[in-house]
Amino acid sequence: MTPLLETRGLTANYGDFRALFGVDITVQPGETVAIIGANGAGKTTLLRAIAGVLRSAPAQVLHHGAPIGALPADQVMQRGISMVPEGRRLFPSLSVEENLLIGGQTRRAKGPWSLATVYDLFPILRERRHSPGTALSGGQQQMVAIGRALMANPELMLCDEISLGLAPVVIRDIYAALPQIKAGGASLVIVEQDIAQALRVADRVYCLMEGRVTLTGRPADITRDAIHAAYFGAPA
Amino acid sequence: MIGVDTIVQGVLLGGLYALFAAGLSLVFGIMRLVNLAHGDLIVMGAYLILILVTLSGLNPFLAALVAAPLMFGLGWGLQRLVLNRTLGKDILPPLLVTFGLSIALQNALLEGFSADSRKISAGGLETASADLGIVTVGVMPLLTFASAIAVIVGLNALFYRTALGRAFRAVSDDPVTASLMGIRPAHVFAMATGVAMLVVTVAALYFGMRANFDPAIGPARLIYAFEAVIIGGLGSLWGTLAGGIIIGVAQTVGAAVNPEWQILAGHVAFLLVLLVRPRGLFPRAVD
Ligand SMILES: Nc1ncnc2c1ncn2[C@@H]1O[C@H](COP(=O)(O)OP(=O)(O)OP(=O)(O)O)[C@@H](O)[C@H]1O
Ligand SMILES: [Mg+2]
Repeated sequence: MTPLLETRGLTANYGDFRALFGVDITVQPGETVAIIGANGAGKTTLLRAIAGVLRSAPAQVLHHGAPIGALPADQVMQRGISMVPEGRRLFPSLSVEENLLIGGQTRRAKGPWSLATVYDLFPILRERRHSPGTALSGGQQQMVAIGRALMANPELMLCDEISLGLAPVVIRDIYAALPQIKAGGASLVIVEQDIAQALRVADRVYCLMEGRVTLTGRPADITRDAIHAAYFGAPA
Repeated sequence: MIGVDTIVQGVLLGGLYALFAAGLSLVFGIMRLVNLAHGDLIVMGAYLILILVTLSGLNPFLAALVAAPLMFGLGWGLQRLVLNRTLGKDILPPLLVTFGLSIALQNALLEGFSADSRKISAGGLETASADLGIVTVGVMPLLTFASAIAVIVGLNALFYRTALGRAFRAVSDDPVTASLMGIRPAHVFAMATGVAMLVVTVAALYFGMRANFDPAIGPARLIYAFEAVIIGGLGSLWGTLAGGIIIGVAQTVGAAVNPEWQILAGHVAFLLVLLVRPRGLFPRAVD
């Protein structure tokens, strides 16, 4: 089966600094893939390269086998790959509802997600719909960022640290939405610093260190020691 | 003497300045681009309307309607082919390029139309007046002012009630994240400049009907537009109208005191407002 998404020898640079050194990952339809790794490992860079914010050689990113590595972000999104960016990045000039609407205004794919169903998923957003997006609490902002990505009815959703800086109860609420999102037909790539959380939700895990994949596997097959080694580069 | 009459004249004059300034304000608000050729584009629009009126005998208002889509296309292309390439962290390239464009436009107009001053004839409208009860004002200034209000109401509706307006605001906030929404900033900027050129067409219509113009007059007119935008608060359209009115009133009041003070009074008002409110009257919350 052709994977939904595949990176082959993906490299990425910031000026002279190389952040990714030939990263290979695959995402099969329906899968939830977690990317873990220490600060600065290149997790965000990987998502940005997939999303087209950072361009790469065409064949370094394949979507259903088609080379998309050189496409700009707006065209990658049109193909059904949405991003929940690191730091949420809501638009300060837009209300909560407008932030959601803008997520689906350029791509109206068939699927379960609309304003109404996003509000059903995160009811608090319906109450705050007219507030400026950035006036919400961190957790609510994260819900807007997720809802905004869902509005396009994506085939693949890239989530960058959706639990970062949030209280445990809020994290639980947000992760509780994932099964419904998967049921809606989206495959997920989740960047997560909380390893336990990542192992709980993921079908497969990749660990990055200094721009390289150092560990791949199913959560059940991965030992703590292997993760520790993959994270820090030395056996525990 | 300075009476109600003087003030009303000034307010109405402010409408003209707001029309000059609205396109500038729109473009600056969305892409932080200061278009130094804005005044010359207005002059070019006036020539375009003049040609259409002369060739086809159309009424100037209808001619402006015909000119509008051409101007939109021109703005779209200008942004797409030239100005988008100048945008970036450095604010100097767009200034240099639009300054160059200003000079090129003036020279092209000079080649095409000579240095003679022209005017778009509006027939009886030019001298018609309306009795507002307390004062009698010219119909032309009144129409200008009403058009300025209509333009601002229209632009605000576009900005706050349409998907395109949402894209304008999103791209202005954060172009990278906007691109993750499937929005192409280059395209949105081109639409914005296209819309700004529609406003330029309206400004050109009244500009060309109300006074003589020649190819070199753009920069002088641009000054008032700049002042209106800046004292209004960058990026706020109602602020731009307020700014235009302040300059207009200062000019008519100045002229009433001493005819030689008209222009000076406008500039003094500009400086005074900036002294008191360095960020303008209605600064944007996020900058
Ligand atoms: N805009 C940038 N310019 C230059 N270097 C950058 C830039 N963004 C990231 N880097 C560098 O690239 C490397 C990978 O960064 P990246 O943000 O992808 O890491 P990360 O795994 O997402 O880390 P974190 O867990 O802190 O989010 C780091 O060394 C970082 O310093
Ligand atoms: Mg990161």
